Amino acid sequence: MTFSMNLSPAVPAKAGIQHRRTSWIPAFAGMTAWALAALCGPAHAQGTAYVSSEKDDALTMIDLATLTVKGTVPTCKRGRHIQLTPDRKIMVACTDSNAADLIDPATGKSLRRIPLGDEPEAFDLSPDGKTIYVSNEDEAETSFIDAASGKTLQSIKVGQEPEGVKVSADGKTLYVTSEVASLVHVIDVATAKITKNVKVGKRPRRMAITPDGKELWVTNELDASVSIVATATHTVVGTLKFEVKGARAQDITPVGILMTRDGKRAFVALGKANHVAFVDVASRKVSNLVLVGKRAWNVALDKAEAKLLVVNGLSDDVTVVDVPGAKAIKSIPVGRVPYGVAIVE
Amino acid sequence: MFRMTFCMRQRHVLNGLTLMLCAAIAPVAAAGTLKATLIVPADDPRLERSRLERAYLGHTGGPATDGLQVALDEGKFELGAAGAAVTLSVVNAATPEAARAAAQAAEKAGASVLLTDLGTDATLAVADAVKLPVLNLGDSADRLRQQDCRPRLFHLLPSERMRADALAQTLVSRKWSKLLMLVGSSPQDQLRAATAQASIKRYGLQLVATKPFKLSADPRERDLANPLLLTAGATYDAVWVVDSDGEFARSLPYRIVLPRPVVGDGGLVALAWHAQFERYGAPQVSRRFAKATKRPMTDHDWAAWMGGKALIAIATSEPKGPNAAWAQAVAKTPVDGSKGGNLSFRPWDGQLRQPMLLTDGQGVISQAPIEGLLHPTDVLDTLGADAPEKLCKATR
Repeated sequence: MTFSMNLSPAVPAKAGIQHRRTSWIPAFAGMTAWALAALCGPAHAQGTAYVSSEKDDALTMIDLATLTVKGTVPTCKRGRHIQLTPDRKIMVACTDSNAADLIDPATGKSLRRIPLGDEPEAFDLSPDGKTIYVSNEDEAETSFIDAASGKTLQSIKVGQEPEGVKVSADGKTLYVTSEVASLVHVIDVATAKITKNVKVGKRPRRMAITPDGKELWVTNELDASVSIVATATHTVVGTLKFEVKGARAQDITPVGILMTRDGKRAFVALGKANHVAFVDVASRKVSNLVLVGKRAWNVALDKAEAKLLVVNGLSDDVTVVDVPGAKAIKSIPVGRVPYGVAIVE
Repeated sequence: MFRMTFCMRQRHVLNGLTLMLCAAIAPVAAAGTLKATLIVPADDPRLERSRLERAYLGHTGGPATDGLQVALDEGKFELGAAGAAVTLSVVNAATPEAARAAAQAAEKAGASVLLTDLGTDATLAVADAVKLPVLNLGDSADRLRQQDCRPRLFHLLPSERMRADALAQTLVSRKWSKLLMLVGSSPQDQLRAATAQASIKRYGLQLVATKPFKLSADPRERDLANPLLLTAGATYDAVWVVDSDGEFARSLPYRIVLPRPVVGDGGLVALAWHAQFERYGAPQVSRRFAKATKRPMTDHDWAAWMGGKALIAIATSEPKGPNAAWAQAVAKTPVDGSKGGNLSFRPWDGQLRQPMLLTDGQGVISQAPIEGLLHPTDVLDTLGADAPEKLCKATR
């Protein structure tokens, strides 16, 4: 396939792997004065991206100033969804450990593990950070977990292979996708009951809510599309189809989605089409397509919304996209089968 | 609005036929229930314990009801949300005549779709007996997709030609172009060897020699039975073994005279599915299947599961039916097979287009179509009979 292009050259990839295998503390000790200066200076302000990968039991740390791997953090088994808690800690769900790992970015150490039920894949947090809402893949359940005690407060049966989990800004409504049933389950948090099943495209994956709370955008992996659901009525009010020159519809498999803080632009990773789409939210039109690595999966933005990090599941790297220029600037080798990314600045 | 009814695994004996009912979700108004009937062989020799225990790659791993049941169980939410319902009944048939009678009885009783896990003649008897769509779950015979194709007959399991094309493509990608072929003596082996030879020719590979083999310990037949003697006297990059029975092919790798790989029915085998496939949500499917049935999911199980997925897909696309709407929906409703994309039936022969997995039995080594292969419309159509070949004359 002409479009399946891996931007990362083979040699730096090897160097990256060697770097990863050294534990992160010796990596710090072995740093040159230049690197240390970079770390303590403006680079530090630029922050660190933490990348989960399914086959390493570790997070890879990317320094956002130098765009290089600066070390790894050991974590639980088969790390998948990763996001920041309201108090700026890193939380990663580990499917094979049935737990979340809570990591302090200041020390790079695990603070504690929180049981998440069987095979957790993705989660979201209540606005106060006290409750974790998690999709339990094999049991086809959504669980409410008390973050402090790790106790399961509720378990709700949902369609098979639940994946994306998103809670509304007011914390009252929870949305969970079922990949097999092609549904978004609308769950009332107070009663822990499904209030509606919204039929979207085939194999719905991830979601984003517009900052005004009016629209829920859902990526459909096997439909090359995003379904736009009105949150007032919980009905599909629009569908955004993706097209990539040189790629056939069946190779466009959208998964990761993210919106800017002002809600004007969305970024959608197009999976096997190896591109990330920039979407104008108001007009629901694609403005740019940027070539990244193989099977573009999840995405994250830095605070300035100038850099977009795209995790490439099948080329074991992360592509950094310059947002104003809509251009890939570097691909950085990370762990094996990378999944998600969270940025701490 | 909906009342959940759990699977009723009750067996009723009706006029010597075994019937198993399983409703996924039954809405209160049962007007739009898609009724499916599966016809399977009576006393199926493929399901004898000694046969199942050998677990030859590409052979049936258990009853087709296992995969169907897993699919219908996991479809509950989707059916419920659409206000649709599917029921499945199972009928045994010992002969093609019995299969024909069972199909006619099912049609008369209001069945919407028939499914078969039968031999080629019985499959044709069913397809010719009714005006309903028939989903062939378990027969890979090329003639069902070519000279004996039928307008309403659909195939979930890949054809023999798709398997041979997948293997030939893989050999091309490895540049293992010189092949020695060993062929068993059954009529099925002869047919499948011809299919393999056509694939070899199509992909520009070179057949160095074709030799018959025989399972025997008789010293007078050692030229036919001894792998060292069978594979000596020629140079080749790989040995392609055609052995529908499976016993000879299983122990052929590592016993040939040159240090070369074995492919075909032993060594590297092209299949629709393997329980160790790691991509596209496949492990979850295999895990659900293993949990429900206590055995690993084989390629035949995947085809049966896909039959169930197809029922759910057409029932949810037309929740109210009627039968005519469901019959139309089969051809145009894509089905998610957890192999990385939406899968659809080829309009020219009813075959489900799909990627193939190359396995050594332990894991999935690679996939076909191979990377870099081009096709004017859909690269999946490089596997099996393509439209311009016009091998199926039936109008759909």
